[in-house]
Amino acid sequence: MAAEAQYAALPVSITVNGVKHDALVEPRTLLVYFLREQLNLTGTHVGCDTSQCGACTVHLNGRAVKSCTVLAVQANDAEVKTIEGLADGDNFHPVQEGFREKHGLQCGYCTPGMIMTAVHLLETNPNPSDDEIKHALEGNLCRCTGYVNIVESIRWAAGKMKG
Amino acid sequence: MFPANFGYVAARSVEDALQLMTQHGEDGKLLAGGHSLIPAMKLRLQSPQTLIDLGTVPGLRGVSLDGNSLVIGALTVHADVASSDLVRKHVPGLADAAAVIGDLQVRNRGTIGGSVAHADPAADLPVILTALDASFVAQSPTGKRTISVDDFFTDFYTTALKANEILTEIRVPIPAAGTGTAYAKLPHPASGYVVVSAAALIVRRASGTCIASRIAIGGLGSGPIRAIATELELQGKPLTTQMIAGAAAKAAEETDPMEDSYASADYKRHVATIYARRAIEAAVARAKN
Repeated sequence: MAAEAQYAALPVSITVNGVKHDALVEPRTLLVYFLREQLNLTGTHVGCDTSQCGACTVHLNGRAVKSCTVLAVQANDAEVKTIEGLADGDNFHPVQEGFREKHGLQCGYCTPGMIMTAVHLLETNPNPSDDEIKHALEGNLCRCTGYVNIVESIRWAAGKMKG
Repeated sequence: MFPANFGYVAARSVEDALQLMTQHGEDGKLLAGGHSLIPAMKLRLQSPQTLIDLGTVPGLRGVSLDGNSLVIGALTVHADVASSDLVRKHVPGLADAAAVIGDLQVRNRGTIGGSVAHADPAADLPVILTALDASFVAQSPTGKRTISVDDFFTDFYTTALKANEILTEIRVPIPAAGTGTAYAKLPHPASGYVVVSAAALIVRRASGTCIASRIAIGGLGSGPIRAIATELELQGKPLTTQMIAGAAAKAAEETDPMEDSYASADYKRHVATIYARRAIEAAVARAKN
Protein backbone atom coordinates (compact mmCIF):
# COMPACT_ATOMS: atom_id res chain seq x y z
CA MET A 1 0.00 0.00 0.00
CA ALA A 2 1.32 3.45 -0.88
CA ALA A 3 2.23 5.50 2.18
CA GLU A 4 -0.19 8.29 1.19
CA ALA A 5 -3.08 5.87 1.02
CA GLN A 6 -2.17 4.18 4.27
CA TYR A 7 -2.17 7.45 6.20
CA ALA A 8 -5.04 8.98 4.27
CA ALA A 9 -7.55 11.15 6.07
CA LEU A 10 -10.60 9.26 7.29
CA PRO A 11 -14.21 10.41 7.43
CA VAL A 12 -15.55 11.12 10.91
CA SER A 13 -18.84 12.37 12.23
CA ILE A 14 -18.42 14.22 15.51
CA THR A 15 -21.15 16.20 17.25
CA VAL A 16 -19.64 19.26 18.89
CA ASN A 17 -21.80 21.44 21.13
CA GLY A 18 -24.87 19.92 19.56
CA VAL A 19 -23.79 20.47 15.95
CA LYS A 20 -22.88 17.45 13.87
CA HIS A 21 -19.69 17.83 11.86
CA ASP A 22 -18.79 15.48 9.04
CA ALA A 23 -15.13 15.94 8.33
CA LEU A 24 -11.98 14.27 7.10
CA VAL A 25 -9.19 13.87 9.64
CA GLU A 26 -5.74 12.36 9.44
CA PRO A 27 -5.46 9.45 11.88
CA ARG A 28 -2.80 11.32 13.83
CA THR A 29 -4.91 14.45 14.33
CA LEU A 30 -5.53 14.98 18.02
CA LEU A 31 -9.03 15.93 19.06
CA VAL A 32 -7.84 19.30 20.40
CA TYR A 33 -6.36 20.26 17.03
CA PHE A 34 -9.49 19.09 15.23
CA LEU A 35 -11.52 21.42 17.47
CA ARG A 36 -9.16 24.36 17.22
CA GLU A 37 -7.94 24.20 13.65
CA GLN A 38 -10.68 22.45 11.72
CA LEU A 39 -13.68 23.79 13.61
CA ASN A 40 -12.09 27.06 14.74
CA LEU A 41 -13.21 26.46 18.31
CA THR A 42 -10.18 28.02 19.96
CA GLY A 43 -11.66 28.22 23.46
CA THR A 44 -10.09 24.84 24.18
CA HIS A 45 -6.42 25.51 24.83
CA VAL A 46 -3.24 23.56 24.29
CA GLY A 47 -1.01 23.90 27.32
CA CYS A 48 1.55 21.21 27.96
CA ASP A 49 0.43 18.92 25.13
CA THR A 50 1.50 15.96 27.31
CA SER A 51 -1.73 15.22 29.24
CA GLN A 52 -0.51 16.91 32.40
CA CYS A 53 -2.01 20.38 32.53
CA GLY A 54 -5.67 19.94 31.62
CA ALA A 55 -6.00 23.17 29.58
CA CYS A 56 -7.40 21.05 26.73
CA THR A 57 -10.16 19.45 28.83
CA VAL A 58 -13.44 18.90 26.98
CA HIS A 59 -16.35 16.53 27.56
CA LEU A 60 -16.44 13.41 25.44
CA ASN A 61 -19.78 11.64 25.74
CA GLY A 62 -20.39 13.56 28.96
CA ARG A 63 -17.03 12.96 30.63
CA ALA A 64 -14.10 15.32 31.12
CA VAL A 65 -11.11 14.15 29.07
CA LYS A 66 -7.85 15.68 27.90
CA SER A 67 -8.35 16.31 24.21
CA CYS A 68 -4.59 16.37 23.55
CA THR A 69 -4.57 12.68 24.36
CA VAL A 70 -7.54 11.60 22.28
CA LEU A 71 -7.33 11.05 18.54
CA ALA A 72 -10.05 12.77 16.56
CA VAL A 73 -10.82 9.40 14.94
CA GLN A 74 -11.52 8.00 18.41
CA ALA A 75 -14.27 10.61 18.77
CA ASN A 76 -16.06 9.35 15.69
CA ASP A 77 -19.82 9.17 16.38
CA ALA A 78 -19.27 10.78 19.78
CA GLU A 79 -20.63 13.92 21.42
CA VAL A 80 -18.10 16.56 22.38
CA LYS A 81 -18.78 19.60 24.52
CA THR A 82 -16.32 22.47 24.70
CA ILE A 83 -16.23 25.69 26.70
CA GLU A 84 -18.08 27.35 23.80
CA GLY A 85 -21.03 25.03 24.39
CA LEU A 86 -21.58 25.84 28.06
CA ALA A 87 -23.38 29.16 28.04
CA ASP A 88 -27.06 29.30 27.21
CA GLY A 89 -27.15 32.25 24.84
CA ASP A 90 -26.08 35.26 26.88
CA ASN A 91 -26.44 33.39 30.16
CA PHE A 92 -23.23 31.96 31.52
CA HIS A 93 -23.15 28.49 32.97
CA PRO A 94 -23.06 28.75 36.80
CA VAL A 95 -19.44 27.57 36.82
CA GLN A 96 -18.47 30.32 34.36
CA GLU A 97 -20.32 32.79 36.53
CA GLY A 98 -18.56 31.45 39.61
CA PHE A 99 -15.14 32.07 38.07
CA ARG A 100 -16.18 35.67 37.34
CA GLU A 101 -17.78 36.28 40.74
CA LYS A 102 -14.99 34.73 42.79
CA HIS A 103 -12.06 35.85 40.70
CA GLY A 104 -11.16 32.30 39.69
CA LEU A 105 -8.72 33.36 37.02
CA GLN A 106 -5.85 35.65 36.38
CA CYS A 107 -4.32 35.11 32.94
CA GLY A 108 -7.17 32.82 31.94
CA TYR A 109 -5.14 30.27 30.03
CA CYS A 110 -6.11 27.29 32.19
CA THR A 111 -9.67 28.52 32.72
CA PRO A 112 -11.54 26.65 29.94
CA GLY A 113 -10.06 23.38 31.15
CA MET A 114 -10.70 24.20 34.81
CA ILE A 115 -14.32 25.01 34.01
CA MET A 116 -14.91 21.88 31.94
CA THR A 117 -13.47 19.70 34.72
CA ALA A 118 -15.53 21.55 37.34
CA VAL A 119 -18.72 21.11 35.32
CA HIS A 120 -18.06 17.38 35.08
CA LEU A 121 -17.41 17.26 38.83
CA LEU A 122 -20.66 19.04 39.69
CA GLU A 123 -22.61 16.83 37.30
CA THR A 124 -21.37 13.73 39.12
CA ASN A 125 -21.13 15.21 42.64
CA PRO A 126 -23.39 18.25 43.07
CA ASN A 127 -22.23 18.97 46.60
CA PRO A 128 -18.46 18.39 46.76
CA SER A 129 -16.31 19.15 49.77
CA ASP A 130 -13.25 21.34 49.30
CA ASP A 131 -11.12 18.20 49.35
CA GLU A 132 -13.25 16.61 46.64
CA ILE A 133 -12.94 19.76 44.53
CA LYS A 134 -9.17 19.74 44.94
CA HIS A 135 -8.96 16.03 44.13
CA ALA A 136 -11.04 16.60 40.99
CA LEU A 137 -8.73 19.42 39.89
CA GLU A 138 -5.60 17.31 40.25
CA GLY A 139 -5.26 17.15 36.47
CA ASN A 140 -5.64 20.89 35.90
CA LEU A 141 -2.67 23.15 36.46
CA CYS A 142 -2.89 26.89 37.08
CA ARG A 143 0.37 28.81 37.18
CA CYS A 144 -0.93 32.11 38.52
CA THR A 145 -3.86 32.19 40.94
CA GLY A 146 -2.78 29.43 43.27
CA TYR A 147 -6.11 27.56 43.19
CA VAL A 148 -7.71 29.16 46.27
CA ASN A 149 -10.11 31.26 44.22
CA ILE A 150 -10.68 28.45 41.75
CA VAL A 151 -11.93 26.19 44.55
CA GLU A 152 -14.00 29.11 45.85
CA SER A 153 -15.49 29.65 42.38
CA ILE A 154 -16.55 26.02 42.10
CA ARG A 155 -18.04 26.05 45.59
CA TRP A 156 -19.98 29.18 44.59
CA ALA A 157 -21.22 27.44 41.44
CA ALA A 158 -22.31 24.37 43.41
CA GLY A 159 -24.39 26.63 45.66
CA LYS A 160 -25.89 28.44 42.69
CA MET A 161 -26.78 25.19 40.93
CA LYS A 162 -28.56 23.93 44.03
CA GLY A 163 -30.71 27.03 43.72
CA MET B 1 3.09 17.61 19.28
CA PHE B 2 2.01 14.97 16.79
CA PRO B 3 2.67 11.28 16.55
CA ALA B 4 4.45 10.09 13.42
CA ASN B 5 2.04 9.21 10.65
CA PHE B 6 0.08 6.02 11.05
CA GLY B 7 -2.94 4.28 9.66
CA TYR B 8 -6.05 3.65 11.76
CA VAL B 9 -8.58 0.85 11.71
CA ALA B 10 -11.59 0.63 14.00
CA ALA B 11 -12.09 -3.01 14.96
CA ARG B 12 -15.69 -4.20 15.00
CA SER B 13 -15.18 -7.27 17.19
CA VAL B 14 -12.41 -9.13 19.00
CA GLU B 15 -12.28 -11.58 16.07
CA ASP B 16 -11.98 -8.67 13.65
CA ALA B 17 -9.17 -7.17 15.75
CA LEU B 18 -7.34 -10.53 15.81
CA GLN B 19 -7.62 -10.75 12.04
CA LEU B 20 -6.27 -7.19 11.70
CA MET B 21 -3.36 -8.07 14.01
CA THR B 22 -2.49 -11.02 11.77
CA GLN B 23 -2.76 -8.81 8.71
CA HIS B 24 -0.56 -6.00 10.07
CA GLY B 25 1.87 -8.15 12.05
CA GLU B 26 4.58 -6.23 13.86
CA ASP B 27 3.51 -2.95 12.23
CA GLY B 28 0.17 -3.04 14.03
CA LYS B 29 -0.52 -1.94 17.58
CA LEU B 30 -3.69 -2.25 19.64
CA LEU B 31 -5.25 0.97 20.91
CA ALA B 32 -7.46 0.92 24.00
CA GLY B 33 -7.95 4.22 25.88
CA GLY B 34 -4.66 5.48 24.47
CA HIS B 35 -3.49 7.11 27.69
CA SER B 36 -0.15 5.34 27.69
CA LEU B 37 0.19 4.76 23.96
CA ILE B 38 -0.70 8.19 22.56
CA PRO B 39 1.74 10.07 24.84
CA ALA B 40 4.46 7.56 23.88
CA MET B 41 3.65 8.08 20.20
CA LYS B 42 3.74 11.88 20.58
CA LEU B 43 7.21 11.56 22.07
CA ARG B 44 8.08 9.24 19.14
CA LEU B 45 8.99 6.50 21.59
CA GLN B 46 6.54 4.36 19.64
CA SER B 47 5.76 4.67 15.95
CA PRO B 48 3.39 1.91 14.94
CA GLN B 49 2.38 1.87 11.28
CA THR B 50 -1.22 1.03 12.07
CA LEU B 51 -3.38 1.43 15.14
CA ILE B 52 -6.11 -1.15 15.61
CA ASP B 53 -8.72 0.47 17.81
CA LEU B 54 -10.46 -1.73 20.37
CA GLY B 55 -12.54 1.23 21.57
CA THR B 56 -15.07 0.43 18.87
CA VAL B 57 -15.48 -3.20 19.93
CA PRO B 58 -18.72 -3.77 21.83
CA GLY B 59 -18.81 -5.96 24.93
CA LEU B 60 -15.39 -5.21 26.39
CA ARG B 61 -16.61 -2.69 29.00
CA GLY B 62 -18.11 -3.11 32.41
CA VAL B 63 -17.90 -5.09 35.63
CA SER B 64 -20.00 -8.21 36.19
CA LEU B 65 -20.24 -11.27 38.40
CA ASP B 66 -19.48 -14.73 37.10
CA GLY B 67 -19.76 -17.33 39.84
CA ASN B 68 -17.06 -16.55 42.36
CA SER B 69 -15.26 -13.99 40.21
CA LEU B 70 -15.62 -10.39 39.28
CA VAL B 71 -15.15 -10.01 35.55
CA ILE B 72 -13.86 -6.66 34.39
CA GLY B 73 -13.88 -5.98 30.67
CA ALA B 74 -10.47 -4.89 29.39
CA LEU B 75 -11.84 -1.60 28.03
CA THR B 76 -13.42 -0.55 31.36
CA VAL B 77 -12.09 2.88 32.28
CA HIS B 78 -10.50 3.49 35.68
CA ALA B 79 -13.31 5.83 36.79
CA ASP B 80 -15.84 3.03 36.24
CA VAL B 81 -13.71 0.52 38.14
CA ALA B 82 -13.35 2.99 41.02
CA SER B 83 -17.09 3.69 41.20
CA SER B 84 -18.34 0.15 40.53
CA ASP B 85 -20.61 -1.08 43.33
CA LEU B 86 -19.41 -4.65 42.77
CA VAL B 87 -15.76 -3.62 43.05
CA ARG B 88 -16.35 -1.49 46.12
CA LYS B 89 -18.30 -4.23 47.84
CA HIS B 90 -16.05 -7.20 47.10
CA VAL B 91 -12.56 -5.78 46.53
CA PRO B 92 -12.45 -2.19 47.79
CA GLY B 93 -8.64 -2.27 47.46
CA LEU B 94 -9.09 -2.28 43.69
CA ALA B 95 -11.35 0.77 43.93
CA ASP B 96 -8.66 2.45 46.08
CA ALA B 97 -6.08 1.91 43.35
CA ALA B 98 -8.29 2.85 40.40
CA ALA B 99 -9.26 6.09 42.18
CA VAL B 100 -5.66 7.33 42.47
CA ILE B 101 -4.48 6.67 38.92
CA GLY B 102 -3.41 9.85 37.10
CA ASP B 103 -6.15 12.40 37.46
CA LEU B 104 -9.89 12.68 36.87
CA GLN B 105 -9.57 13.13 33.11
CA VAL B 106 -7.11 10.26 32.78
CA ARG B 107 -9.40 8.00 34.81
CA ASN B 108 -12.25 8.88 32.46
CA ARG B 109 -10.34 7.58 29.48
CA GLY B 110 -7.59 5.18 30.57
CA THR B 111 -8.58 1.51 30.66
CA ILE B 112 -7.72 -1.36 33.00
CA GLY B 113 -6.71 -3.61 30.11
CA GLY B 114 -4.57 -0.94 28.49
CA SER B 115 -2.82 -0.21 31.76
CA VAL B 116 -1.94 -3.80 32.59
CA ALA B 117 -0.94 -4.66 29.02
CA HIS B 118 1.35 -1.62 29.01
CA ALA B 119 2.88 -2.89 32.30
CA ASP B 120 4.49 0.34 33.41
CA PRO B 121 6.66 -0.45 36.45
CA ALA B 122 5.20 2.66 38.16
CA ALA B 123 1.55 1.77 37.51
CA ASP B 124 -1.02 1.17 40.25
CA LEU B 125 -3.17 -1.65 38.94
CA PRO B 126 -0.51 -4.36 38.59
CA VAL B 127 0.20 -4.04 42.32
CA ILE B 128 -3.34 -4.40 43.59
CA LEU B 129 -4.19 -7.07 41.01
CA THR B 130 -1.22 -9.09 42.29
CA ALA B 131 -2.51 -8.91 45.86
CA LEU B 132 -5.99 -9.89 44.64
CA ASP B 133 -4.63 -12.94 42.76
CA ALA B 134 -6.31 -11.76 39.56
CA SER B 135 -6.07 -13.55 36.26
CA PHE B 136 -6.08 -12.32 32.70
CA VAL B 137 -8.05 -13.77 29.81
CA ALA B 138 -6.24 -13.59 26.49
CA GLN B 139 -7.92 -14.39 23.20
CA SER B 140 -6.00 -15.52 20.14
CA PRO B 141 -7.13 -16.83 16.75
CA THR B 142 -6.99 -20.35 18.20
CA GLY B 143 -8.88 -19.76 21.43
CA LYS B 144 -8.69 -18.36 24.93
CA ARG B 145 -6.27 -18.89 27.77
CA THR B 146 -6.12 -17.58 31.29
CA ILE B 147 -2.87 -16.20 32.70
CA SER B 148 -2.30 -15.93 36.45
CA VAL B 149 -1.15 -12.53 37.69
CA ASP B 150 1.99 -14.12 39.11
CA ASP B 151 2.98 -15.12 35.55
CA PHE B 152 1.65 -12.05 33.74
CA PHE B 153 4.12 -9.23 34.45
CA THR B 154 7.41 -10.54 33.12
CA ASP B 155 9.64 -7.45 32.85
CA PHE B 156 9.60 -3.66 32.40
CA TYR B 157 6.72 -2.89 30.03
CA THR B 158 6.50 -6.58 29.20
CA THR B 159 3.77 -9.13 29.84
CA ALA B 160 3.12 -12.77 29.06
CA LEU B 161 0.69 -11.74 26.30
CA LYS B 162 1.77 -13.07 22.92
CA ALA B 163 1.84 -11.03 19.75
CA ASN B 164 -1.34 -12.69 18.48
CA GLU B 165 -3.31 -12.32 21.71
CA ILE B 166 -5.77 -9.70 22.90
CA LEU B 167 -6.45 -9.20 26.60
CA THR B 168 -10.24 -9.26 26.84
CA GLU B 169 -11.00 -9.47 30.54
CA ILE B 170 -9.52 -9.34 34.00
CA ARG B 171 -10.93 -11.81 36.50
CA VAL B 172 -10.72 -11.13 40.23
CA PRO B 173 -11.68 -13.90 42.66
CA ILE B 174 -14.25 -12.72 45.18
CA PRO B 175 -12.60 -13.11 48.57
CA ALA B 176 -14.17 -15.21 51.29
CA ALA B 177 -15.81 -13.66 54.35
CA GLY B 178 -13.24 -12.26 56.73
CA THR B 179 -11.12 -10.84 53.93
CA GLY B 180 -10.02 -7.23 53.62
CA THR B 181 -8.22 -5.57 50.72
CA ALA B 182 -6.48 -2.21 50.48
CA TYR B 183 -3.99 -0.19 48.48
CA ALA B 184 -1.64 2.55 49.69
CA LYS B 185 0.53 4.67 47.44
CA LEU B 186 3.29 7.22 47.65
CA PRO B 187 2.84 9.15 44.41
CA HIS B 188 5.57 11.14 42.74
CA PRO B 189 4.55 14.73 43.54
CA ALA B 190 4.78 15.90 39.93
CA SER B 191 3.78 12.95 37.79
CA GLY B 192 1.47 11.14 40.18
CA TYR B 193 3.09 7.85 39.20
CA VAL B 194 4.02 5.34 41.88
CA VAL B 195 7.25 5.96 43.75
CA VAL B 196 6.37 3.05 46.00
CA SER B 197 3.00 1.44 46.63
CA ALA B 198 1.65 -1.52 48.53
CA ALA B 199 -1.43 -3.68 48.20
CA ALA B 200 -2.73 -6.13 50.76
CA LEU B 201 -5.26 -8.91 50.89
CA ILE B 202 -5.74 -10.27 54.39
CA VAL B 203 -7.95 -13.20 55.37
CA ARG B 204 -8.71 -13.01 59.06
CA ARG B 205 -10.34 -15.50 61.37
CA ALA B 206 -13.03 -14.13 63.71
CA SER B 207 -10.52 -14.61 66.54
CA GLY B 208 -8.26 -12.04 64.84
CA THR B 209 -5.67 -14.48 63.48
CA CYS B 210 -4.36 -14.13 59.95
CA ILE B 211 -5.28 -17.22 57.92
CA ALA B 212 -3.79 -16.11 54.63
CA SER B 213 -2.49 -13.01 52.92
CA ARG B 214 -1.12 -11.69 49.66
CA ILE B 215 1.03 -8.60 49.87
CA ALA B 216 2.38 -6.88 46.76
CA ILE B 217 4.77 -3.96 46.46
CA GLY B 218 5.14 -1.62 43.50
CA GLY B 219 8.04 0.63 42.60
CA LEU B 220 10.82 -1.70 43.70
CA GLY B 221 11.28 -3.73 40.54
CA SER B 222 10.30 -4.19 36.91
CA GLY B 223 6.76 -4.97 38.04
CA PRO B 224 4.85 -5.80 41.20
CA ILE B 225 6.76 -7.89 43.72
CA ARG B 226 5.15 -10.30 46.18
CA ALA B 227 6.36 -9.59 49.72
CA ILE B 228 6.62 -13.27 50.55
CA ALA B 229 8.59 -12.70 53.77
CA THR B 230 5.80 -10.44 55.03
CA GLU B 231 3.13 -12.98 54.07
CA LEU B 232 4.98 -15.76 55.91
CA GLU B 233 5.44 -13.59 58.96
CA LEU B 234 1.69 -12.88 59.15
CA GLN B 235 0.62 -16.48 58.62
CA GLY B 236 -1.23 -17.83 61.66
CA LYS B 237 -0.40 -14.80 63.81
CA PRO B 238 -2.75 -12.44 65.64
CA LEU B 239 -3.14 -9.25 63.59
CA THR B 240 -1.99 -6.84 66.26
CA THR B 241 -0.45 -3.48 65.47
CA GLN B 242 2.92 -4.76 66.60
CA MET B 243 2.70 -7.98 64.58
CA ILE B 244 1.69 -6.04 61.46
CA ALA B 245 4.55 -3.58 61.88
CA GLY B 246 7.02 -6.44 62.30
CA ALA B 247 5.78 -8.22 59.20
CA ALA B 248 5.66 -5.02 57.13
CA ALA B 249 9.29 -4.33 58.06
CA LYS B 250 10.19 -7.31 55.85
CA ALA B 251 8.28 -6.00 52.80
CA ALA B 252 11.36 -4.88 50.88
CA GLU B 253 13.60 -7.84 51.70
CA GLU B 254 15.71 -9.09 48.81
CA THR B 255 14.73 -6.21 46.55
CA ASP B 256 17.10 -4.04 44.55
CA PRO B 257 15.12 -0.96 43.48
CA MET B 258 16.37 1.34 40.76
CA GLU B 259 17.43 4.73 42.04
CA ASP B 260 16.33 7.93 40.41
CA SER B 261 16.67 11.64 41.08
CA TYR B 262 13.68 11.56 43.37
CA ALA B 263 14.25 8.46 45.45
CA SER B 264 17.31 6.45 46.44
CA ALA B 265 17.14 2.68 46.71
CA ASP B 266 17.34 2.84 50.50
CA TYR B 267 14.55 5.40 50.64
CA LYS B 268 12.32 3.25 48.43
CA ARG B 269 12.97 0.18 50.56
CA HIS B 270 12.18 2.13 53.72
CA VAL B 271 9.01 3.66 52.29
CA ALA B 272 7.89 0.22 51.11
CA THR B 273 7.81 -0.99 54.70
CA ILE B 274 5.70 2.01 55.75
CA TYR B 275 3.20 1.64 52.91
CA ALA B 276 3.02 -2.12 53.41
CA ARG B 277 2.06 -1.48 57.02
CA ARG B 278 -0.58 1.05 56.01
CA ALA B 279 -2.05 -1.27 53.37
CA ILE B 280 -2.17 -4.22 55.78
CA GLU B 281 -3.75 -2.13 58.52
CA ALA B 282 -6.37 -0.79 56.13
CA ALA B 283 -7.09 -4.29 54.83
CA VAL B 284 -7.45 -5.66 58.37
CA ALA B 285 -9.84 -2.82 59.24
CA ARG B 286 -12.01 -3.86 56.31
CA ALA B 287 -12.00 -7.58 57.08
CA LYS B 288 -15.47 -8.49 58.35
CA ASN B 289 -16.19 -11.91 59.80
